[in-house]
Amino acid sequence: MSENLLSIEGLDVEFRSSSSTVKAVNGVNLTLKKKETLGIVGESGSGKSVTATALMQLIPSPPGKISSGKILFNGTDLLTLSKKEMRAIRGNEIAMIFQDPMTSLNPVFTVGNQIIEAIRQHKKLSKKEARLEAIEMLKTVGIPEPEKRIDMYPHEFSGGMRQRAMIAIALSCNPKLLIADEPTTALDVTVQAQILELMKDLQESNDTSIIMITHDLGVVWEMCDNIIVMYAGTTVESGSVETIFKNPLHPYTWGLLESQITKDVQHNEKLPAIPGSPPDLRKPVPGCPFVDRCPYSAEICHTKKPEYIEVEPGHFAACHFQTATSRLEKKEGMFVD
Amino acid sequence: MMNVQPNTPETIAAAKGHIPANEKVFLKKLLKNKLAAVGLAVTILMILVAVFAPFIATHPPNEMNVGNSLKPIGTDGHILGTDNYGRDLFSRLVYGARISLLVGVSAVLFGAILGTFLGLISGYFGGRLDSIIMRTMDGLFAFPFILLAITLMTVLGQGLVNVIIAIGIANIPGFARIVRGQVLSVKEEEYIEVTHSLGATHSRILFHHVLPNCLAPLIVYGTMSVAGAIISEAALSFLGLGVQPPTASWGSILKDGKDFLVLNPQMATFSGLAILITVLGINLFGDGLRDALDPKMRV
Amino acid sequence: MGKYIIRRLFDLLPTVFVVAVIVFIITRLIPGNPAAVMLGPTASVEDIEKLTTQLGLDQPLYKQFFDYLLGLLQGDFGTSLSYNQPVVQLIMERFPNTVILALAALIIALLIGIPAGMISAARQNSALDYGVMLVSLLGVSMPIFWLGVMLVLFFSVNLGWFPATGMGTLDDGWISYIKHLILPSITLATIPMATFARITRSSMLEVISQEYIKTARAKGVAEFWVISKHVLKNALTPILTVLGMQISMLLGGAVLTETIFSWPGMGRLIVDAIDKRDFVVVQGTVLFIAIIFVLVNLLVDILYKVVNPRVNYESSKGGGQ
Repeated sequence: MSENLLSIEGLDVEFRSSSSTVKAVNGVNLTLKKKETLGIVGESGSGKSVTATALMQLIPSPPGKISSGKILFNGTDLLTLSKKEMRAIRGNEIAMIFQDPMTSLNPVFTVGNQIIEAIRQHKKLSKKEARLEAIEMLKTVGIPEPEKRIDMYPHEFSGGMRQRAMIAIALSCNPKLLIADEPTTALDVTVQAQILELMKDLQESNDTSIIMITHDLGVVWEMCDNIIVMYAGTTVESGSVETIFKNPLHPYTWGLLESQITKDVQHNEKLPAIPGSPPDLRKPVPGCPFVDRCPYSAEICHTKKPEYIEVEPGHFAACHFQTATSRLEKKEGMFVD
Repeated sequence: MMNVQPNTPETIAAAKGHIPANEKVFLKKLLKNKLAAVGLAVTILMILVAVFAPFIATHPPNEMNVGNSLKPIGTDGHILGTDNYGRDLFSRLVYGARISLLVGVSAVLFGAILGTFLGLISGYFGGRLDSIIMRTMDGLFAFPFILLAITLMTVLGQGLVNVIIAIGIANIPGFARIVRGQVLSVKEEEYIEVTHSLGATHSRILFHHVLPNCLAPLIVYGTMSVAGAIISEAALSFLGLGVQPPTASWGSILKDGKDFLVLNPQMATFSGLAILITVLGINLFGDGLRDALDPKMRV
Repeated sequence: MGKYIIRRLFDLLPTVFVVAVIVFIITRLIPGNPAAVMLGPTASVEDIEKLTTQLGLDQPLYKQFFDYLLGLLQGDFGTSLSYNQPVVQLIMERFPNTVILALAALIIALLIGIPAGMISAARQNSALDYGVMLVSLLGVSMPIFWLGVMLVLFFSVNLGWFPATGMGTLDDGWISYIKHLILPSITLATIPMATFARITRSSMLEVISQEYIKTARAKGVAEFWVISKHVLKNALTPILTVLGMQISMLLGGAVLTETIFSWPGMGRLIVDAIDKRDFVVVQGTVLFIAIIFVLVNLLVDILYKVVNPRVNYESSKGGGQ
């Protein structure tokens, strides 16, 4: 067992407005080992992006606030760092790429300018040296004619190229951890595959760990070692990809898997068709947050929050009935690849 | 999508403007904005002062008493003292509110009606008519607002009606542009085509379908324009081009006050304060209106 | 770029033509015989007739218009009666003074307005933000001719720090020159300054919420640079739009400011000409200012391209405001 690169313990993130407080992330735990890829899945609003943003400490404040928890990165709690210390980590040891490459590059600066900025932020290089390195990075991420492309503006790039440029920015300082927030959602299917392939290759050559935030279970299966399922700001299930896909314990995870399979893995669609909608996070409920949409809910689900327990080694779930085999019978084996 | 349009006030006012269907929500939003509420209160107060001027004023505004001129604050029942002709300053300021609001509202209505009409037909029919109208508007826009009003006043000569006409004309191009921009965006929408194909006449489409869509930006822009028109009237009177003496106008009081700055600073001070407070009130209210009606619009 | 500028210059011709037509029409709106109005009630019939002929007012309207346009093309804005000088010469003597005043005001407005708006946006909803917004609302509501008078009352009459009127000459040294410039330029700067603060704040707030700003922060860029590099450059487009409009405000405001401070510029020229009923000067000066404004706006349009690489050179059809 190699040691943990990252571990998040009991993370709470709140957004306050004059009239209400939204607990967007509520007691999230996760660990990530070196060179490992962790998938965070869930519907929009489940808190997956907020978790990642909190990890970078880029939660807009006010109104957002990390109200409790620890984020241990290489043994240091990031929440105890000063702004300056945190800046030295951002982009250098932890980097991030975003969902929509159309909006994540600054339209008024050249692509090269933006890569060079990232490089010079953390390495003491002259402009000339940084430029050479930026060209090298563009080559690495598979952009043709990097010497020419470096002076172009983002709007002169295609979507896939922009995401490659984003990856070049993110990886320019050889980060130990790359957070990819739905990196392929906005792209064509063929381009998606290329970008995922690129990320895998670069992970291998650079020994980077990746947190992959997605609602696309196909991407998870393709890329990830472990997976965390989030719902309404909490983790409802986690484990290795094989375990979760073969033996999902939480009804929400079933729903996710089921809907993906029935839809024949439609990459571009939003997460689907579990009847109902997530609870209003402004009004905390005493019981299980999934209770209103759960086909198997019982009395206890309304009154008591299920604990997040290790059901089998490395496999955690938060459901009162995770061992109720009777209920599982009809589902078992259904999702085996 | 990425092609940013330069050079157009239309881009600024491009945001779609519908009056929110739910008026209660709109009112709530407006009044929740405390500054807007303050602005509305100030505006209403000024309207009341103008309407009830004869009851509020302590003296007839034009009653001269040369032997009693330039008296300081509180002399012989003159709350703010007297001006260079011995007229009661407070009463003149109270009556000045009438001129300011009358000119402000009438001039904007004048400009809004003509400008809206031109903008409507220009945007709706397009083609050569559009080019001619908009070229003319561009031409009018090339003159600084106050300069256009000044030039018109030198030609028209002093007088209340002329002030309204001059400021009104200077207001036309702004309204024409905003309305035209709105018309162009509304015209693209499908229901207009459907209405047209159902045989509706041009005027019906224009006044029943297109115009209501322009209302929100028109109201916001109109409110702000009233503030501008009040300042313009004061500026014209300050230059001696406004209403004819002895009619009390804040601008003309300020003009006289400027000449007696040392002997009697309150003439200049209070006439200007009256302008500032009124205009500030209207602008506060206008800001609130804009935020409640059309948050994307910037003026 | 060069091609673009030339094309835009040609685009301006119709606008300039329309401007000339408007000025012509306005001066023909004068009720009665302009020559009689210009000479005043005491003038003799012979004098009026002589001036009527001199101004060409006895010609048919189309001929008057044609001569007027022909004159303009040759740079002839007419001859002033009261000054007995070509209007162009009068303008050229005073135009630099107005430029100095307007530029000083513009610099003050930009140097204070934009940073104030930036700070306000960066600290949205803080006490500082509310303070800046309240002051700038006060600014846009300001009757500047009153502000000018109040500044004179306070700083010249009461404190005696700055001269109340006139423009300094460099012969008296820089200090006197600047002292003369301060009150008028602050007066003239007030509205643009407040407007810049407001528009900077609102467009910065719009940009701050964009994804690419998050990207910049995720790179570890310090907040100061995020705001002053990544946000500001994107927020410049609306600021530039407002800049174009503010030039108009400055030229208009100069008329009032120059009157208060007896500043020997074009605004003063117009107001004096109005007093003397010298319509030829009014007409020429107003036309000149309008043309200057059209040209300045072309400059602003060109700045757009510099700031915003997304603007397409070919497809952007200029309305020539």
